[in-house]
Amino acid sequence: MLSVNMVQLAYLLASVLIIFALKGLASPESARRGNLFGMLGMGLAVLVTLQLDSVQNYAWIFAAIAFGGLIGGTVARKIPMTHMPQTVAFMHSLVGLAAVMIAVSAAYDPVAYGIANAAGGLYPASRIELFLGTFIGAITFTASLIAFGKLQGLLSGKPLVFAGQHLLNLILGVVMIAAGIIFCMNGAWMPFLLMLAVALLLGVLLIVPIGGADMPVIVSMLNSYSGWAAAGIGFTLGNNMLIVAGALVGSSGAILSYIMCKAMNRSLLHVLLGGFGGDAPAAGGAAAATDRPYKSGAAEDAAFLLANARSVVIVPGYGLAVARAQHALKEMVDVLTAQGVQVKFAIHPVAGRMPGHMNVLLAEADVPYDIVFEMDEINSEFSDTDVALVIGANDVTNPAAKSDPSSPIYGMPILEVSKAQHVIVIKRSMAVGYAGLDNDLFYMDQTMMLFSDAKKACETIVQALD
Amino acid sequence: MSMQAMHEAVAQAGGAHAAHATADPIVFSFTVFVLAVIVGYHVVWNVTPALHTPLMSVTNAISSIIIVGALLASGPIEMNLATVLGLIAVGLASVNIFGGFMVTQRMLAMFKKRK
Repeated sequence: MLSVNMVQLAYLLASVLIIFALKGLASPESARRGNLFGMLGMGLAVLVTLQLDSVQNYAWIFAAIAFGGLIGGTVARKIPMTHMPQTVAFMHSLVGLAAVMIAVSAAYDPVAYGIANAAGGLYPASRIELFLGTFIGAITFTASLIAFGKLQGLLSGKPLVFAGQHLLNLILGVVMIAAGIIFCMNGAWMPFLLMLAVALLLGVLLIVPIGGADMPVIVSMLNSYSGWAAAGIGFTLGNNMLIVAGALVGSSGAILSYIMCKAMNRSLLHVLLGGFGGDAPAAGGAAAATDRPYKSGAAEDAAFLLANARSVVIVPGYGLAVARAQHALKEMVDVLTAQGVQVKFAIHPVAGRMPGHMNVLLAEADVPYDIVFEMDEINSEFSDTDVALVIGANDVTNPAAKSDPSSPIYGMPILEVSKAQHVIVIKRSMAVGYAGLDNDLFYMDQTMMLFSDAKKACETIVQALD
Repeated sequence: MSMQAMHEAVAQAGGAHAAHATADPIVFSFTVFVLAVIVGYHVVWNVTPALHTPLMSVTNAISSIIIVGALLASGPIEMNLATVLGLIAVGLASVNIFGGFMVTQRMLAMFKKRK
């Protein structure tokens, strides 16, 4: 067995490797090597822990690792890229559940963890840490399960709102904290289990009022929670490895949540209070949509416009993922590029259901990442663009966000598609987007609506281009 | 501050050291935690937005470092509720470790430059 100092130094090395894993993600070139560093760091941490004197139960432990690893590996190889948001949400729930199990285990048998006092009970400081780790883990577990259900379509993406919802959550929150404080004072089972049960319930109630389109924020936030849960367990066990890795993940998720909120011009609190998006549009809104005149055309008209353009910017949205149109779209891009048209992609930070969702779909379809641009990089180019092609995106292109102070999305940064000479919008119908708003872009002179499934539209355009 | 007071202050600060009084372990843990949050903050702001999905999947794998706690929980050879819960946690964390790193690798392999 390694000395205590060697163990700590090995954990330090593992922590540094994990920091390099995140650092690598600064660019696609360094990211793959970074990921290998991450695997090395994790492997080192596990090996060092396995050789500790207190860890003896090898047969069962290896069985558990093999079983979990087999499932994880299979999922990782098979899962379609369009399903990444729900996969990530599900994995967050596993971290939360694991944290809860470890916390219950530590509360049940503190002697095994070396955190017991002479009488075999928990130290007060350990109780506080255990309380934090448990309730964050529990909320992460059930909240992520609900987010998974919504993203997978097992549960309705619509916000579930009822009277007194926030008051109920507040009361439950107070009960949970009160039970936690009692546990911290007397270390008894009853308040611990009550605190755990209320935290599990709170996780569910916190996510049900949140609409599908707010999921990028929620998935990021749960990412953050899963890190804080790991750090909380690290405090309980006095283990720096867990504290460092947990803190890194926690701050990563927090930054992503911030970026997502900013891209929607909303506060985290506003998102968490829920009730936004996914609602069936009010009758008035839907009627207004049909009253205003707009132009629509066939795929052949779109092909004509695209073939005669010098520059095309494509704006993909969640509709692209739903229709799984990324490969058909890539084929269209290839044909246009071969005909001498300059094609670029413009990605809004909240396009899709998780941060970076569109980039991964395009990468899957072999679209080179150096023609894919972020909003700030490309917004100035729309005025020099011949055709902007919007596929399955809506609110992120709505000019009302810039021009109409009365609009609910006023102030949200948008892709300035309306500045392009021609705009083609591929959409299944005139239905409103998640914000329940009419999009002024659809009624502009230079806009042509192409009513179709995104995949079918791309395929027909390719045929017409040939 | 008079010289006298300064000497006293120095003696006090050094005195703690001389007596080998150490801070509570939780203070050390907290120190590590705060510094790690700051490192995380700076590293993650440098991540390119195009790789935000791989960032989430790899942080998912990283937060499964919780397996270290699970291994400690399942370590004792005599099985009781604590070890069984620990073993389940080892399994859950393993799903994430293998799944998280492998799916990240699969995604990153897709990001290619123009030929």
